[in-house]
Amino acid sequence: MKFVTAIIKPFKLDDVRDALAEVGVQGVTVTEVKGFGRQKGHTELYRGAEYVVDFLPKVKIEVAIDSKMLDRVIEAITKAARTDKIGDGKIFVTDLEQVVRIRTGETGKDAL
Amino acid sequence: MFKLFNLKKLFGALSVVLLLGVPLLAVADNTAAPAAAPAATAAAAPIAAAPAPTPNKGDVSWMLISTALVLMMSVPALALFYGGMVRSKNTLSVLMQVFVVFSLITVLWCVYGYSLAFTEGSGSLAPFFGGLDRLFLKGTFVAADGSFSMAATFSKNTPLYELVFVAFQATFAAITCALILGAFVERVKFSAVLIFMVIWFTFAYIPISHMVWFWMGPDAYTAANTVDAMNAKAGLLWQWGALDFAGGTVVHINAGVAGLVGAYVIGKRTGFGKEHMAPHNVTMTMIGASLLWVGWFGFNAGSALEANGSASLAFMNTYLATACAVLSWMFGEWVFKSKPSMLGAASGAVAGLVAITPAAGNVGIPGAFVIGTGAGLICLWGVNQLKGWLKADDSLDVFGVHAVGGIFGALMTGVFNSPSLGGPGFYNNWFEMKPGYGAIMDQFIIQAKAVGVTVVWTAVVAFIAYKVADLIVGLRVTTEEEREGLDTTSHGESAYRI
Repeated sequence: MKFVTAIIKPFKLDDVRDALAEVGVQGVTVTEVKGFGRQKGHTELYRGAEYVVDFLPKVKIEVAIDSKMLDRVIEAITKAARTDKIGDGKIFVTDLEQVVRIRTGETGKDAL
Repeated sequence: MFKLFNLKKLFGALSVVLLLGVPLLAVADNTAAPAAAPAATAAAAPIAAAPAPTPNKGDVSWMLISTALVLMMSVPALALFYGGMVRSKNTLSVLMQVFVVFSLITVLWCVYGYSLAFTEGSGSLAPFFGGLDRLFLKGTFVAADGSFSMAATFSKNTPLYELVFVAFQATFAAITCALILGAFVERVKFSAVLIFMVIWFTFAYIPISHMVWFWMGPDAYTAANTVDAMNAKAGLLWQWGALDFAGGTVVHINAGVAGLVGAYVIGKRTGFGKEHMAPHNVTMTMIGASLLWVGWFGFNAGSALEANGSASLAFMNTYLATACAVLSWMFGEWVFKSKPSMLGAASGAVAGLVAITPAAGNVGIPGAFVIGTGAGLICLWGVNQLKGWLKADDSLDVFGVHAVGGIFGALMTGVFNSPSLGGPGFYNNWFEMKPGYGAIMDQFIIQAKAVGVTVVWTAVVAFIAYKVADLIVGLRVTTEEEREGLDTTSHGESAYRI
């Protein structure tokens, strides 16, 4: 099993969600986050005061999947979230040891 | 703790005095003969003698509505305008400061403020302070015969219920004090605010409003030979001939300078210049500025005290100058800084409103165009370059907008009052009631002198008032409390629960 974490541009969330649903992903967790990467921040000007905004708003998507689906999931996210401009985000993949469905107590792939 | 305890006792004692004083005065009212009502306010005495003209119902309606509009300028408009510009952890503290200062000054106004500001004084203090005839608003309503005392307007035989005038002016006093708050938000101690406000209101707002606005009213000028005697009873700056329709000196310069002094005395916010202190909610600020614009119709057009041509002129000027200032600030920002911002447009609106305040019914339409457009650009300079020179953390630009805009408006009032520039002129002689106007330069100098007196007076009183508050309770919260935010540390609540 794999755990996929993707950081994407906020306005791409709906596209990514649809793409994941198409490849058969059963559920995702979404979090609004801030951070910085190669995309520079911007400055905001309030009357006389100038502030540099270093951390930009992004959306973090987390999805737990069967290892066999990994390539399709990565492709789905990459295609849906890409704008070809700096700041499109990243995908992190980690091994997933265990999954438990709380309601039934099922574990492993059955719980995905 | 010890200091705080004393303060609580002080406020406790004050409320006891209030509770005891009011019934006593009410009893005194019942025993006093109505005819003996002192010639305190402007038109009271002459009207009692002749077949008394009654207030015009249109005037009364308009002034009651205007009063409610000006109340709305403080709560919620100013509170929202200021509240949006601070960081979210201090939002409630700002709302609270405006709300409570507004209420505090309203109470003080009815206890002694109105009497000292708008009744005839005595002796050498008369040009600066009024008398004590209207303490607790004594005599404004006489229960024994159900009669109301009258206040003067700007037309002969056109009285207004004095209570309406009291309420209208109460909202002015209260918003002026609340305006100052913007200079030292996010680090001031709440108890220090209350102490400062009591002192500053008593020794700066009251005398300056008396100096600028108190006069005997048109009905007091019963004959040509009474003119000099009646003029001599007016406030100092009124006697000089200074024009201030709705409070350029009394409200905006007064508050703006007091704010700047506060920013110096209280000191900068922790992290000022290094940390992110951007407004947390410009939407709130925009709503506040918009409500201020609406309320300002009561402030400026209501200052005509009648529903007449002067009010209409003031109304249109207030509307137009504000729109001009929105555009000039926005284009100025767009050209000289970077982008046209919502905060800039909202600030421009307030700058225009401030500058047109002394001019409202004192200039014609050309004056509104020039004053509005000029105010947007000058106040934009005030919050950028001038603010940099001053090196004070006047957090919400009380000086840059209210004092700078107020001074510009007060000076331009003298210029555009001239009929040669489309202005209405003014009455040289309130017996004959003929409009006149001298040389533009002469009136400009009179206006400048009135500005100078106001600046010096309010600066000195403010400095002393801050120092007294500092001695009693200390002006600032601790650095830890400031970091945590005043909402939780001063008031035990927070604006946003997520």
